[in-house]
Amino acid sequence: MAKRKIRVMVAKPGLDGHDRGARVLARCFRDAGFEVIYTGCHQTPAQIAASAIQEDVDLVGLSCLSGAHRYLFPQVVNLLKEKGADDITVIGGGIIPNQDFQKLYDAGIKAIFVPGTTLDTIVNWVNKNVKPVERK
Amino acid sequence: MERGDKIKAGDVRTASRLIRDIEDSIPEAKATIKHIFPYTGKAQVVGITGSPGAGKSTIVDGLIETSRKKEQTVGVLAVDPTSPFTGGATLGDRIRMQRHSEDIGVFIRSLATRGSLGGLSKAVGDAIHVMDAMGKDVIFVETVGTGQQEVEIIHYAHTVIVVLVPGMGDEIQAIKAGIMEIADIFVINKADRDGAQKLQRELMTMIEMSHIPPGGWKPPVLTIRNSFKPEEFEQDLRTLSAKVREHYDFLISSDLIGDRQKRKRLHELNEAIRFSILEPVLEMLVKTGELDSMVEKLVKKESDPASLAEEIAKKYLQGCF
Ligand code: B12
Ligand SMILES: Nc1nc2c(ncn2[C@@H]2O[C@H](COP(=O)(O)OP(=O)(O)OP(=O)(O)O)[C@@H](O)[C@H]2O)c(=O)[nH]1
Ligand SMILES: [Mg+2]
Repeated sequence: MAKRKIRVMVAKPGLDGHDRGARVLARCFRDAGFEVIYTGCHQTPAQIAASAIQEDVDLVGLSCLSGAHRYLFPQVVNLLKEKGADDITVIGGGIIPNQDFQKLYDAGIKAIFVPGTTLDTIVNWVNKNVKPVERK
Repeated sequence: MERGDKIKAGDVRTASRLIRDIEDSIPEAKATIKHIFPYTGKAQVVGITGSPGAGKSTIVDGLIETSRKKEQTVGVLAVDPTSPFTGGATLGDRIRMQRHSEDIGVFIRSLATRGSLGGLSKAVGDAIHVMDAMGKDVIFVETVGTGQQEVEIIHYAHTVIVVLVPGMGDEIQAIKAGIMEIADIFVINKADRDGAQKLQRELMTMIEMSHIPPGGWKPPVLTIRNSFKPEEFEQDLRTLSAKVREHYDFLISSDLIGDRQKRKRLHELNEAIRFSILEPVLEMLVKTGELDSMVEKLVKKESDPASLAEEIAKKYLQGCF
């Protein structure tokens, strides 16, 4: 039997056009052996949630450098919950001030990564915390 | 509710997970496919192939739009290559179709090739069944960016669209070998570029010279001017969509649909035989160590491959010999 593959989605919610980090991440996830769906910029939380379900991903990674994460990240979590897909892990990254971390954790974001984080750190976190299919 | 019933009721989560189980070769998935098989065969399957970056996804996005305007429900299977080095894959076709992601009449699922060489994933046949059983009216299958050999789409689609772009050098040379034979419709994309007319002329000449039987389908050569100009794009896409319909109607009226259906089914049976007969036997040979000792024999010239294969058949496939 083949081994289960981790499927992840990297998404950029809102109007933020800083896509370099998201692209770097998509590539690094691919190199880590994951199947990566990249949605491109300017996605609404609803688009992200719907896509995650259609693609049966284990993880949604949100990237935001514009400051709108406070509003956008929790929305994605809530929409997934509404659709009965709260077993999908949601993490985030970008320009996120320290004081926002706890609010985001409380809202259901499982981890946050800021500039300067090595890609190894991120991949290791995913390998440790995300089990394909048998999630959570 | 049984998994198969949920699929029939159109449940996207269940469907996407089933497709995943098929990709991951989970044995239980086969049972569900058996269950839904009687409910398949209704959807129109359209294949889109062509060189990397030719605009396949952009065209699928446009075709989704025209289908939705006709109130058809749509399934999309978009295949991208798996990296042979890491086993990972970037599935990027979806980016071009995101405006439809919230439309509940549209189900888009990306697939990685996972080592398949024909331009598709080995799960694609069953994935089509899944979307078909969900009741999708049309299913678009986008292959990976192809060269010349990746013609497997022919086994799955009623209609194959081959997308070409001008100015890529020896397009004609490339399509002569293989892709040419599988096209039901040619599309020249980015036709606002230099060389589009020349390409169109060359293609048409080639089609004229090919041997189309009397009453057969002559592949039309359409153009799409520029996907960045919405009105032009929509207009060109309507023409394409109408041609796809025309080809489907032609298959039905000329009774060729039966032939295509048979071709699809034969291919599926071939695959199933490989899966149910060949693979278990190979697995057995590996497990018992027979395979190794046979290779030894061949190296020492104590036997030959054909004799060994006959030996295997006598041992494992009683009744055949
Ligand atoms: C490059 C850059 C640009 C480029 C963007 C190019 C592109 N296509 O990406 C350009 C020049 C276009 C640009 C424009 C703007 N920018 Co700018 N830009 C930057 C800059 C210098 C670097 C960003 C970058 O690419 N980093 C490299 C990548 C690899 O890092 P990263 O994205 O941070 O990702 C890492 C981590 O954050 C984390 N990560 C990120 N996302 C995710 C997601 C997940 C799931 C995970 C696990 C991890 C993760 O992992 C990565 C690896 O460590 C930053 C400053 C900075 N040092 O961050 C400002 C910065 C982001 N920009 C800023 C601003 C204000 C703008 C503009 C509004 C400027 C203007 N007035 O026009 C515009 C807006 C553009 C738009 N449409 O949104 C501000 C944002 C301020 C804020 N949030 O409060 C910053 C912080 C500069 C500043 N100090 O003021 N920008
Ligand atoms: N100039 C121009 N660019 C186009 C046109 N159609 C698509 N493109 C661009 O061509 C690039 C590739 O388009 P896609 O639709 O992703 O092509 P594809 O064939 O699906 O690509 P792969 O799946 O990667 O093989 C994108 O940057 C599109 O924006 C067009 O009509 N004119
Ligand atoms: Mg594509």
